[in-house]
Amino acid sequence: MDKSERMKELRILAEQIRVETLKVIHSRGFGHVGGSMSLADAMAVLYGEVMRIDPANPRWEDRDWFVLSKGHGGPVMYATLGLKGYYPIEEAYTLNQPHTRFPSHTDRRMTPGVDLTTGSLGQGMSEAAGAALGNKVQGRDSHVFVVIGDGEADEGQVWEAAQFAAHYGLDHLICLVDDNKRQLDGTCEEVMSHAKGIGAKFDAFGWNVMDVADGNEVEQIYDAVMEAYTVKGKPTCIVLHTCKGKGATFAEPTGAHSSQPTEAEWTEAIAAAEARLEAVTARERGI
Amino acid sequence: MAYTLLATHKTDARGNRDGYIAAMMGLMEAHKNIVHIDCDLMGCINAGKLLKAFPERTFNAGIAEQNAVGVAAGMAATGMIAFVHSFGCFASRRCFDQAFLSAGYSKLPVHIIGSDPGVTAAFNGATHMPFEDAALYMTAPDAVVIDSCDYVQTKSLTEKLADVQGLSYMRLIRKEFQTIYGDDSEFEIGKGVTLKTGNDVTIIASGIMLDEALKAEEQLDAEGISATVIDMHTWKPLDEELVRKAAAETGCIVTAENHQASCGLGSAVANVLAKECPVPLERVGIQERFGQVGPREFLMEEYHLLAADIVAAAKKAIARKKGNNR
Repeated sequence: MDKSERMKELRILAEQIRVETLKVIHSRGFGHVGGSMSLADAMAVLYGEVMRIDPANPRWEDRDWFVLSKGHGGPVMYATLGLKGYYPIEEAYTLNQPHTRFPSHTDRRMTPGVDLTTGSLGQGMSEAAGAALGNKVQGRDSHVFVVIGDGEADEGQVWEAAQFAAHYGLDHLICLVDDNKRQLDGTCEEVMSHAKGIGAKFDAFGWNVMDVADGNEVEQIYDAVMEAYTVKGKPTCIVLHTCKGKGATFAEPTGAHSSQPTEAEWTEAIAAAEARLEAVTARERGI
Repeated sequence: MAYTLLATHKTDARGNRDGYIAAMMGLMEAHKNIVHIDCDLMGCINAGKLLKAFPERTFNAGIAEQNAVGVAAGMAATGMIAFVHSFGCFASRRCFDQAFLSAGYSKLPVHIIGSDPGVTAAFNGATHMPFEDAALYMTAPDAVVIDSCDYVQTKSLTEKLADVQGLSYMRLIRKEFQTIYGDDSEFEIGKGVTLKTGNDVTIIASGIMLDEALKAEEQLDAEGISATVIDMHTWKPLDEELVRKAAAETGCIVTAENHQASCGLGSAVANVLAKECPVPLERVGIQERFGQVGPREFLMEEYHLLAADIVAAAKKAIARKKGNNR
């Protein structure tokens, strides 16, 4: 398949991920819709095309790693892993139920395919740096992808990890910033601004930094990751300018951090996402 | 587990840190997946030896303890066993959320070494003097918490830590301290050591307090009071069976620790006694105070951590025994 064909499939996968993310959160009725939906396209690129994985063997030694440092985005990961066959997707419709394997924040001891436990913001960044270093020391060429939120970038630990990764030249570490401009209490600009920008900070910390103007467009994300693969001697930060709540009819207009819509709003949102999936499938496959 | 008790009250030429480094030299040679991560304090424990011998597995994370522990957890997830060192104050309070979640909750083998516990921080003073470091780690389910006493014990227990499949915290006295054990001694995590057997009172101690406990035993003996002395190097999991046995045999207990008595060894022992075999308990240790600067000898006097304090506590405990007419 040539690249344009593969990108078409990724656009379809991204919409599938959106539908399933909504269904996963709907099973509980409320949750972190905003920061899950903004990531659907990046997840499609990583799991649909880029990452070396084996869903039948989630802890395969030579796999690429994925750390959702903004652990509250769990539902988008559960949707993606389910679609990739790590488990039947229906199982993820137990989100946040007692004894579920799908807790609100990603947990390495519970969910097949989750490499590290996150939820206390900033921690996933250090864990990812450690995984990259551990793989390097043991002679593996695995890539480690870590996703942080723009709000999460308030945490000091993010920057401790950033200086560490640069110091040790961890070029197999790629940090995606879900720069959706909002955090729980409002816009990042209002709550805690990032001065010259998150990318500028990573640049000052010695990282290779790339900016993806539309972080909800798979080809732009894919191209950035492919470029990151060629960079030697330093880690790469890819700032994805995304839309919080992208594709959720009740969340996209407000950019809400978490949502508890009415059943009617859920029905509308899932129907809209399914219609969008159908339309994108028809468009990309020329049906 | 076998040991030789020396207890000459003489200073060992080797520091406990040398025991840690000696153990790590052996461990890192034998196991290619063991790493040491430091926080710009390699010079304080002579970890330069590790860096020289194993440059590919010895890392300086700089003055950034939270990241150091997170990195350790990430490395552990890839199949490695990570030891992380900083001063006890920073290795506990500064990075506890990371240790608790990234390592403890995640069930990853990360072993935190906190040097200069309690009054041994001496001239670094209050900001560097942790009386609560072990308490924090004791709140983490399934964590192993150790307060070792001398070179030989530190070496032996460090070797045993490599088999612990989860989070641990070991308090590491850096500089020379009194030799308790002979070089052939070996210890087991979670198994206390009965060093003296008596009838009237049991003294349960660890770390720098062990030598004081042994001195107290001698002073009590001279007064006709016979004491059992237990080295409880592992605070968690506590050797509860040994505590119950001591309570049954001597009818009262004194704990002695270089730590807040309300949330360390004394409280761990109290938990067992209150639940299963209530007998009088006196706790020698820090009593709701912060640290301060000064020579160790001054601090031990200031915080009532001397043999004389243990002797007084023992007499008080004995007097509290039911029907005691002494």
